[in-house]
Amino acid sequence: MTETTERTPLIELTDVSKHYGTVRALEGVFLEVHAGEITCVLGDNGAGKSTLIKTIAGLHQHDGGTVRIEGEETRLASPRDALDRGIATVYQDLAVVPLMPVWRNFFLGSEPRKGVGPFKRLDIDLMRRTTREALLRMGIDLRDVDQPIGTLSGGERQCVAIARAVHFGAKVLILDEPTAALGVKQSGVVLKYVAAARDQGLGVVLITHNPHHAYLVGDRFVLLKRGTMVGSHTRDEITLEELTRQMAGGSELDDLRHELEKSTP
Amino acid sequence: MERTADERILQSSPLRKLLSRPELGSVVGALAVFLFFAFVADGFLHASSLSTVLYASSTIGIMAVPVALLMIGGEFDLSAGVMVTSSALISSMFSYQMTANTWVGVGVSLLVTLAVGAFNGFMLTRTKLPSFIITLGTFLMLTGMNLGFTKLIDGTVSTKTIADMQGFPSAHAVFASTLSVGGVDFKVTILWWLGLVALASWILLRTRAGNWIFAVGGNQDAARAVGVPVTATKIGLYMGVALGAWISGQHLLFSFDAVQSGEGVGNELIYIIAAVIGGCLITGGYGSAVGSAVGALLFGMTSKGIVFAEWNPDWFKFFLGAMLLLATLLNAWVRKRAEATT
Ligand SMILES: Nc1ncnc2c1ncn2[C@@H]1O[C@H](COP(=O)(O)OP(=O)(O)OP(=O)(O)O)[C@@H](O)[C@H]1O
Ligand SMILES: [Mg+2]
Repeated sequence: MTETTERTPLIELTDVSKHYGTVRALEGVFLEVHAGEITCVLGDNGAGKSTLIKTIAGLHQHDGGTVRIEGEETRLASPRDALDRGIATVYQDLAVVPLMPVWRNFFLGSEPRKGVGPFKRLDIDLMRRTTREALLRMGIDLRDVDQPIGTLSGGERQCVAIARAVHFGAKVLILDEPTAALGVKQSGVVLKYVAAARDQGLGVVLITHNPHHAYLVGDRFVLLKRGTMVGSHTRDEITLEELTRQMAGGSELDDLRHELEKSTP
Repeated sequence: MERTADERILQSSPLRKLLSRPELGSVVGALAVFLFFAFVADGFLHASSLSTVLYASSTIGIMAVPVALLMIGGEFDLSAGVMVTSSALISSMFSYQMTANTWVGVGVSLLVTLAVGAFNGFMLTRTKLPSFIITLGTFLMLTGMNLGFTKLIDGTVSTKTIADMQGFPSAHAVFASTLSVGGVDFKVTILWWLGLVALASWILLRTRAGNWIFAVGGNQDAARAVGVPVTATKIGLYMGVALGAWISGQHLLFSFDAVQSGEGVGNELIYIIAAVIGGCLITGGYGSAVGSAVGALLFGMTSKGIVFAEWNPDWFKFFLGAMLLLATLLNAWVRKRAEATT
């Protein structure tokens, strides 16, 4: 972490750790998120990626180290708190409420209202219209914003969640494995929206298993392994091959190859 | 771009919109039951019989509305049945023991009943145990307290009459009077019922709280992650059930002026059945207040229809079970169809 940036990072984690009881889920993690950049967090199953972003999203509190948001040291109390500071998260498993219409999902938790006193009510026309427009701006042309969001494809659902975050003026967008369950084509579509969000000036944290996806869009790469940080690079410091090698376990993989070569004639 | 989007929306047929209504199954069922009893039961179509049916439906319906909201929010309340009795007992005993105006008892009862509802919600959100367990506990405790306190204070299983106390006539008018419309007598509970259905529909479909209710029932974690106050929503829903219990309890008290302390046990299941017949998804996130009203109406028609048809009332339970199964199957089928044709 020797590079010098004159800009204050949107989010800066220094030596952050997190324990679940006796389970050490994170230890000594450093991470920076800048406006207009994509920071990728890579690691195997159980490496602590989700734990890391839940800390940034206010779902958990860190046990050690410091979290700075726009230079100010903070401890997020709740997801609401994080949202109010412009940190929006799209989770791996809990992005939407499947049975609710797309437009209700889009505004969930931030519903616009009209009227006064006891007659304060949802501004449904505005909600429907805005949803359609915001999605269209991201290039998603939905047939019907009234359909239950559970009837959309996985990729479309992720895109709606991303469009929602962009619409509500998030400064930081956190995505937990948005491409994990998607086919090649849909992954490409989602990555395109991730890049679109970046181009609109958001700082993006992208969690992924897939170094190829990460290298396509990433500006910084943080590698986690069993809760500890085993690497942190900017794009110009590392090649895709090196990233893939480190991700797959680096020297362990070399050993594995060695073994395999020996056993197969 | 805009235009193509609009055109495709027009293609989604009105029929599909209709099919995707949660209460569709129950409406079809209600029509069938209505026609059935219109044929087999003499006098079922008389205005006075229909008024009786509506009265029976309203006493279930007043509770089915908040119970449906709670179910949409993903939870159950097994204490809802005895809570009605508790609410009536508190009102009656407070007024009698303090020799206060009955309205004071009514007010105290409101506060205590709301507190019981808040307790249910608080325990649920705090312990994160299933609502089945939490409210089963409350159910047993309330059942015991209803009987225990009544024996302790009044020496018998029912309260003393409060009919001669101050404020009784006006409270009777509000909670238990009979209104004559065009020569037919209607119970005031029907108005309470319709009012609650309208209020609950407004909340569900037009307010932010309604959006939150669907969300906490549909996917609680997703709701919390986007900033929905999950705890407050759930506690509010339990307090809604308590409000319904208070209205029902006051009706019970002021229509008979004394309360049997053992009443109410088992009614909680009837409320749940009405909500489920009305299209509420038992796993939460889906349903409507109007549906619960149709469910209650089905219930009222069947219970009274059997009497008008001069059948053995034992058959009522059979009908109820069959309706529950049919309505649930129909609802599941309709929902699958609606989601598949998108
Ligand atoms: N709530 C919890 N309580 C206890 N341990 C937990 C909890 N959540 C996660 N863990 C543990 O912390 C470690 C890191 O989990 P985490 O979900 O952050 O992994 P991940 O990198 O996101 O994995 P995946 O790629 O499978 O999503 C795992 O060993 C996991 O078992
Ligand atoms: Mg994960």
